[in-house]
Amino acid sequence: MSTTLPPAPGGNDSASKDPALPDSGGTSLWKDAFYRLRRNPQAIAGAIIVMAFLLVAALAPVLAPYGGEDLPGRTHITPTHIPGPGEVPGFVLGLDRFGGDLLSKLIWGAQSSLLIGVVSTALGLAGGMLLGVLAGGFGGWVDNVIMRLVDILLSVPNLLLAVSIAAALGQGAYAIMIAIGVSQVPIFARLLRSSMISQRGADYILAAQTLGLSRGTITMSHLLPNSVGPVIVQATLTLATAVIDAAALSFLGLGGGRPQTAEWGRMLTYAQDELGIAPQLAFLPGLCIAITALGFTLLGESLREALDPKSRQK
Amino acid sequence: MLRVIGKRLALLVPTLLGLSILLFLWVRSLPGGPATALLGDRATPEAVERINELYGFNRPLIEQYFIYMGKLLQGDFGTSLLTGRPVLEEFATRFPATLELTIVALIFAIGIGIPLGYLAAKHYGRWPDHGSVVLSLIGITIPVFFLAFILKWLFAIKIPIFPTDGRQNARINATHVTDFYVLDGLLTREWDASWDAFMHLILPGIALGTIPLAIIVRITRASVLEVQNADYVRTAKAKGLLERTIRNRFILRNAMLPVTTTIGLQLGLLISGAVLTETVFAFSGIGRFLRDAIFNLDYPVLQGFIIFIAILYSLINLIVDISYSIIDPRVRVQ
Repeated sequence: MSTTLPPAPGGNDSASKDPALPDSGGTSLWKDAFYRLRRNPQAIAGAIIVMAFLLVAALAPVLAPYGGEDLPGRTHITPTHIPGPGEVPGFVLGLDRFGGDLLSKLIWGAQSSLLIGVVSTALGLAGGMLLGVLAGGFGGWVDNVIMRLVDILLSVPNLLLAVSIAAALGQGAYAIMIAIGVSQVPIFARLLRSSMISQRGADYILAAQTLGLSRGTITMSHLLPNSVGPVIVQATLTLATAVIDAAALSFLGLGGGRPQTAEWGRMLTYAQDELGIAPQLAFLPGLCIAITALGFTLLGESLREALDPKSRQK
Repeated sequence: MLRVIGKRLALLVPTLLGLSILLFLWVRSLPGGPATALLGDRATPEAVERINELYGFNRPLIEQYFIYMGKLLQGDFGTSLLTGRPVLEEFATRFPATLELTIVALIFAIGIGIPLGYLAAKHYGRWPDHGSVVLSLIGITIPVFFLAFILKWLFAIKIPIFPTDGRQNARINATHVTDFYVLDGLLTREWDASWDAFMHLILPGIALGTIPLAIIVRITRASVLEVQNADYVRTAKAKGLLERTIRNRFILRNAMLPVTTTIGLQLGLLISGAVLTETVFAFSGIGRFLRDAIFNLDYPVLQGFIIFIAILYSLINLIVDISYSIIDPRVRVQ
């Protein structure tokens, strides 16, 4: 589009610049953010962790030696002894209380834990954005009603809210997904609303209004894309909390299904009584949860930094 | 000032009213309805009918809500399905335990978090800074119940310094006056009982306090970084004031405002964390009772406890807002 214009007298033609360099004037916010992310070691580390776990989750059927609920080593366990790493050939990380292969369970656990984390955050994001757009776009009584509802939900601690919803839905993986998703809605709604309100007085909105665009068009194609940044950052960070909360809910026993189902939080529940004789049963799934959460947190925080206008100008 | 407090308290009313409606509807949406929750899955239709008649579950929803609300306002939160005791009483006897635990957790979090955050900001870009940033990152991403496991395994099983679970050794014949076990021991001069209760608080307190610690470190660091280059700090340095005076009166006092808010906001996290920590350490506070209530669908307990917690949460936030004006007189003027 700039080709139709003659080059400025100073010869400051953007086309002549090295394309690999960030163009401080002409790049979009997201392009610029991506460029910064690629150079941030923190972001790279986060991305590698997340990719690794996603890969393991996706390739679980290929990678895991046994199925998620299989109990191949049932004959090797006694009430007082659970074979640890390398004790029984064929079970690299040893066995668990039920006779399942710990390695296989960790791999299948990656699948179910990440699935719950991602689906619940997607649900929370969708619900939160819907409420946020309604509140921020319409204002007035719609805004009032939605924000009062958000206040009510925020007056109950997050995990407690999720637990109550899961209890009402009946136990199971779907109940956990919905429960965690709903408990995230108020945060996303409030964030998007305040972000939209801060943009409402901007010049480009005034320009769109002057052009006579409808309220819906302005909200959806001008206000929303410009306000969504903080929400995306929050969503990335929330993935970490979602994985932890999902583990917490199944640790508390709301996961349903059979005791030997491969899920990190549930593995910790049953490791409780074995802490004295087989601490690896608690440590390895716990470490998996912590590292996954670390990956999402690193990614989310570098994204926040990359999108922050204060650090962009540097 | 009083008018501001009154206005805030008045705003609490619609929130709590809305919460009570949601909780009321929540009970009605429990699998199989409240009668099944009361009687279990294998209840006969006649028994369900009888319970519905007795508790009025078959009346119109609106009418049921008003009956429920009327009882709430009279302080009748129902009785626990598990223990048969009034919900209010259950809360009152267990709350001191959780409060004790929360206080230890907060002392741990604030006592280490603020100095660490200050040090990080003072040595910005050097190893104390990097160290505390990494530490706080680990603190945020480690699940509370996993940390509780690690602490329990390391300091109660491998190296048995601390007790593994409970609030007090059952062999100690302690007199309980206030249900705050540490305080009870001090009041009755049963020093060993007090000490034992205190030792029982250490590991769960650390587990519970780690997330708030990590958050306090970050906020303090960011806040001190912003304040320490302010003009008034430079002026104070130029005047040749003592380092201690500059730190306490100029930097920390001004940097504390965001930190106070953060500490207030941690309460929700602390209660969520208490459910998990108390479960791991078999610590009989409200967290563990809530967990048992979830399992047995003891809905009067869940309903009541959630309302109490919401009231508490809102009140604490109010206190935090009021404390601003004590920490920072500039807020009062506005």
